[in-house]
Amino acid sequence: MNNESLKLKVAEYTAKVAKASAKFPERKNLEYNRLYTPIDLEGMDYEKELGLPGTYPFTRGVQPTMYRGRFWTMRMYAGFSTAEESNKRYRYLLSSGGTGLSCAFDLPTQIGYDSDDVISEGEVGKVGVAIDSLADMEILFDQIDLGKVSTSMTINAPASVLLAMYIAVAEKQGVDPTKLNGTIQNDILKEYAARGTYIFPPKPSMRLITNIFEYCSKNVPNWNTISISGYHIREAGSTAVQEIAFTIADGIAYCEAAIKAGLDVDDFAGRLSFFWNAHNNVLEEVAKFRASRRIWAKIMKERFGAKNPKSWMLRVHTQTAGSMLTAQQPENNVVRVALQTAAAVMGGTQSLHTNSKDEAMALPTEASVRVALRTQQIVAYESGLADVVDPLAGSYYVEAMTNQIETEALKYIQKIDDLGGAVVAIEEGYIQREIQDSAYKWQKEIENNDRVIVGVNKFQIEEKPVEGLLRVDASVGESQKKKLAKLRAERDNVAVNAALAKLEVACSDEDVNLMPIIMEAVKTYATLGEICNVMRKVFGEYQAHATL
Amino acid sequence: MNIADELLNGSRLAMSRAITAVENEYDNAVDIMQQLYAHTGNAHVIGITGPPGSGKSTLTDKLAKAYRLQGKTVGIIAVDPTSPFSGGAILGDRIRMNDLTLDQGVFIRSMGTRGSLGGLSRKTAETVKIMDAAGMDVILVETVGVGQSEVDIIKTADTVIVVLVPGLGDDIQAIKAGILEIGDVFVINKADHDGVDRLNTELEMMLELNQQKVDWRPPIKRVIANRGEGINELVDSITEQIAHSRQSGQFVNRRTQRTKSELLAMLDEQIGRHVRKKLSDEGQIDQLVASVESRDKNPYAVVNDIMASVLR
Amino acid sequence: MEKHVRVLVAKPGLDGHDRGAKVVARALRDAGFEVIYTGLRQTPEQIAEAALQEDVNVVALSLLSGAHNHLFPRIVELIRSKGMTDVLMIGGGVIPDSDIPSLKASGIAEVFTPGTSTTTIIDYINANVK
Repeated sequence: MNNESLKLKVAEYTAKVAKASAKFPERKNLEYNRLYTPIDLEGMDYEKELGLPGTYPFTRGVQPTMYRGRFWTMRMYAGFSTAEESNKRYRYLLSSGGTGLSCAFDLPTQIGYDSDDVISEGEVGKVGVAIDSLADMEILFDQIDLGKVSTSMTINAPASVLLAMYIAVAEKQGVDPTKLNGTIQNDILKEYAARGTYIFPPKPSMRLITNIFEYCSKNVPNWNTISISGYHIREAGSTAVQEIAFTIADGIAYCEAAIKAGLDVDDFAGRLSFFWNAHNNVLEEVAKFRASRRIWAKIMKERFGAKNPKSWMLRVHTQTAGSMLTAQQPENNVVRVALQTAAAVMGGTQSLHTNSKDEAMALPTEASVRVALRTQQIVAYESGLADVVDPLAGSYYVEAMTNQIETEALKYIQKIDDLGGAVVAIEEGYIQREIQDSAYKWQKEIENNDRVIVGVNKFQIEEKPVEGLLRVDASVGESQKKKLAKLRAERDNVAVNAALAKLEVACSDEDVNLMPIIMEAVKTYATLGEICNVMRKVFGEYQAHATL
Repeated sequence: MNIADELLNGSRLAMSRAITAVENEYDNAVDIMQQLYAHTGNAHVIGITGPPGSGKSTLTDKLAKAYRLQGKTVGIIAVDPTSPFSGGAILGDRIRMNDLTLDQGVFIRSMGTRGSLGGLSRKTAETVKIMDAAGMDVILVETVGVGQSEVDIIKTADTVIVVLVPGLGDDIQAIKAGILEIGDVFVINKADHDGVDRLNTELEMMLELNQQKVDWRPPIKRVIANRGEGINELVDSITEQIAHSRQSGQFVNRRTQRTKSELLAMLDEQIGRHVRKKLSDEGQIDQLVASVESRDKNPYAVVNDIMASVLR
Repeated sequence: MEKHVRVLVAKPGLDGHDRGAKVVARALRDAGFEVIYTGLRQTPEQIAEAALQEDVNVVALSLLSGAHNHLFPRIVELIRSKGMTDVLMIGGGVIPDSDIPSLKASGIAEVFTPGTSTTTIIDYINANVK
């Protein structure tokens, strides 16, 4: 092929069509070229930059067989109201073909408050299940064999406590911790930057995280100790590039903290996992996934000197973009989720949660969550997208985009390195400001009609109020309070107090791994709030101060 | 509501409304200030200035807490820049003083610069008086940065604290000479960052060169505001400075100077307003401007004529 | 005499989603308002006290966690009890249409649900602020 003559032809083509773009105002902000050709991939080295799936740098996927060997885990995030209600929903999902569990906890639980705390008023059971103690956890997994199912728990600041409870429930079921499969999100940095459910300041939070890495590497070896998350950063308004750049910067910070705490990188790196967003721009998302794998592999091998190939692999859970769902014409959301699913699958995700059509307004009903699950199943079985590994490899556009996203992400990562790392970048407000700026830009584009959201700023209809939304019973708060009163009356309070006292002492000693002590406390039926209050006492509380 | 009466009786809503009245120049503003004036003069006014990013708000929060532990009531005025384009502002200092919101011994008011240098300075001074009349023992005025308007605001304080941080580049050079001259206590915040010793030395040198106050040598205090470190020592320095200021007569001098410049500024403003109104009522302005622009008359003569006719 | 509209943008309760609140705050600033943003985890008492100290004309509550039926009316009650009867109370976030009538009955003048443009909110404030 004659590149020079092709270049000329492309130049002519570009000039001709530039005029066409100008007449199409909603497309004028597109940041990439209309047409990609071999010229865009000039000089690319297949072996070095792509290779085969399952080999470094894993651009094409972390497993050699990918979905030919096994579909991604269809892991639907669920949880609301009481442990009894959520347990029902989990069993429904498993019986409908869901292949993994994903627990959503309410805000008091996520922020380490009991349901009867003053600050929990009105919030109990609303965005997830209320878990106050091991007793609730036992109900949550009633009739679910923890030896057979893998469970992801979206819990961050008090992750140590919920993990301890999970292990305790498994032990009661007779399941050895070495057999447990699952993930805790446990990613505090993005809480400070984008999600908001922090409790303690960064230093003690990093300590808890490295304690978990160490404890699990010895006792729960099949457990993913962290899900380094970009989903929320994207939901907060960042671009695709920022999503992976800031998350990978967080990942670097966690690795550095763990190494500083004395762990060998190959001891924990294989159990790090990630969490991406599956947004609407299908092809850009696929490129994003591929770029993220290549970036992380290089960082783990070259920057951290990891030797075990497992340490180089970026394994990822994905969720379709909640922020792209509309309250207007909610049926359209099913289509959005289908496209986002296609993106995640072609991007090579290891597990996937799909949102339901009513989620711009409320938590999903059983019927709408079924459609969301079916969406994954249809893509898996009917679309052919899962039949070939990394099907878009070789596409001029997707490869060029993968390269471009990698280049731009590395610039951000360098910038954060220059600032002193992700922790400093967050304390200085750099990451938050970048996210806010992108969010504001996005909103302005929509309001200026430079970006179309179907049904919202174009193709609107006269909306009728949506019927049949899920409502969480307001009495959940009351019933949890009663449960707590009963628990406190019936448990061995001497044992509880002893365990809490032991925890307080251990918290003050930075060299102590807190996990075994938290496990003890949890087994005495000390509540989540009681345990977290001890930690608050010693560690203090994070004071958010980043401004607009 | 008789705002002044209610304020003197302890109503926080009245204090808030009074501040709004002076900020927005409502018709009842002057009346309120007249009723309150006799009750002013008791509060210790501390101005806190420094470049953006120096941690002023966090420091203000910590100082307020320290004074609260001493049993003192604290008023805080936090100034943020108004956008010259939209006229709006994000008043974001309050977010760093969150724990103080429910303390009934603290009152925090955020103000935008609103684009008028002189105006801001006067409104801040009036807000100080309002808080003073309401019985606040200490009033912390936190300014935007270190520009000219900040120098003006800061002159209204009994104690001026200048906050710097290491590593912001040409910190000292960037600071207007006026600030260095009027600083009573210098604070190096984020004192755990690189460059703190160098900054300290540079600052000492500049202070030597600019030594205006012969007998009060402004101390340089190192703090880490967000960890609460060095705060008690800072409070002690402030206490020393005030004691020294009172003993040496500086305190009364400064206040007298302040009263004088306020009085004169008020006078200038009223007179100017009166003359302008007269000219505008009589429809003269455009005519006069035209004659000056065409070089038919010169502006000096025009002004003299106005003076002669108005001040007859 | 100048008139500046002062708005308190507040995040009540434990909800940590602040993208909307921050976008609205900036948009309001660009429309010429003075905006005081409280940050996260505000109790109703903190919001009411901040509203009083800042003598705001508008209190804008943002909430996506489903706790609005409990928190919003409480905030209105506290603000009114402090003597601030003219403050325009508005809300936004993930709030089902069916909850809006009772929120309005409790004193929230208008609720802005997902998809609302910032221009709509600005126009509403300009038309209704006292």
